[in-house]
Amino acid sequence: MAGEGEKKPVLEMVQADGADEGCVTFVLHNEDHTLGNSLRYMIMKTADVDFCGYTITHPSESKINFRIQTRGSIPATEPLRSGLNELSDVCQHVLNTFQVSLSITYEINCPVVVQHTSV
Amino acid sequence: IFGKMAETMNIVEEIRNRVILGEYNVKNVHTSDYPGNYPGYDDTWDMQKFQKNFRIDIVHLDESTMEFDMVGIDAAIANAFRRILLAEVPTMAIEKVFIYNNTSIVQDEVLAHRLGLVPIKADPRLFEYRTSAEEEGSEIDTIQLQLKIKCSRNPRATKDSADPRELYLNHMVYSRDIKWVPIGNQADVFADSVIAPVHDDILIAQLRPGQELDVIMHCVKGIGQDHAKFSPVATASYRLLPDITLLEPVEGERAERLKRCFSRGVIDIQDVVAKVVDSRLDTCSREFLRHDDLKNAVKLARFRDHFIFTVESTGILPPDVLVTEAIKVLMVKCQRFLSELDSTDLE
Repeated sequence: MAGEGEKKPVLEMVQADGADEGCVTFVLHNEDHTLGNSLRYMIMKTADVDFCGYTITHPSESKINFRIQTRGSIPATEPLRSGLNELSDVCQHVLNTFQVSLSITYEINCPVVVQHTSV
Repeated sequence: IFGKMAETMNIVEEIRNRVILGEYNVKNVHTSDYPGNYPGYDDTWDMQKFQKNFRIDIVHLDESTMEFDMVGIDAAIANAFRRILLAEVPTMAIEKVFIYNNTSIVQDEVLAHRLGLVPIKADPRLFEYRTSAEEEGSEIDTIQLQLKIKCSRNPRATKDSADPRELYLNHMVYSRDIKWVPIGNQADVFADSVIAPVHDDILIAQLRPGQELDVIMHCVKGIGQDHAKFSPVATASYRLLPDITLLEPVEGERAERLKRCFSRGVIDIQDVVAKVVDSRLDTCSREFLRHDDLKNAVKLARFRDHFIFTVESTGILPPDVLVTEAIKVLMVKCQRFLSELDSTDLE
């Protein structure tokens, strides 16, 4: 839903001078706890991630500061990419399981149709 | 898994799997099973292990409400689904109201506000977002509706009746008076389904003879984050499955009191002794903590990864479709950042 002709950043990377590629703060625009917390959980579950956290800098601005610090000299974009991929795979699996469960429900009993009576 | 008498659970297992509801606080709230926290446990993300433990059980499903269990997932992701159901699944709602004539008692802006909140039964997946704010709006992103009604005196009313229903015609403006005006090729695309408000008995305004409403409305696609009128759910919520364990045998009069401390159907007296029959029904009021002799007989906890979702739809989309769309929205968010990572070469 970005405006035409305007280049609005969606993802920025902020890195301290002199630090290695493993300690990076990503700024995700137009995001909040919905993606922030779930992504933080997936990246915390990855191996070789020393630190992972996110903050909403100000509630009036819809952006989050997402920090990843890795162990060893692994670039921080790696756990970010793998976290996003794994979260996407989790969603796909949840979707599949839900569809299967729905089809079982429809098979067992035709859905209980409650007619909405006008008051 | 129902509470057994004096079930001993390893302290570590308890911290990992349960949220304990104590007298003054709630313990073990946060997820702690990250790699490195517990020696001897391999907590790295394992998709196979997740797929093995994960399940969804649909408990109740009808046109407008759905209750289902999501087991084996973390609170962060379950909450993401809940937040998306409330705020990021798009719907169509009245956005622009062009008022040609409003001689009713209801002010223009109040009328427009009320009209915006009326749920419109149109599948939002068949429409697109309106890209620029200035344009008139085309057939792919706008639905045009019309409300044109005039109140008049009923010539056939008896001389001395005082009932407005008899005296006036069209004195109550309901949502059934909102008519769809197809634009462009909408008449062909939606040939078999009429676009109208979900409920036809929503009272919008009241009129008296001589007052009239002549209003054209444009519906656009939006999300709940922008305005609550776009939210597709009456509400979407979840609770965690309670885990009630009796730490000592409770019998006789104590058992009767214990039974009354929990919701109906949770505790049953079998052979004078109290047993936990169905902890799912409990609302965790912690009433037993107010009785000194029952305080230490029960352990009340919740399963950390068992979510009982309740989704109530406003009627625009059925609840199972809503949950499906919510999961897809989260996937799209991930894909957007993945393509962003891949496209720009970040230094």
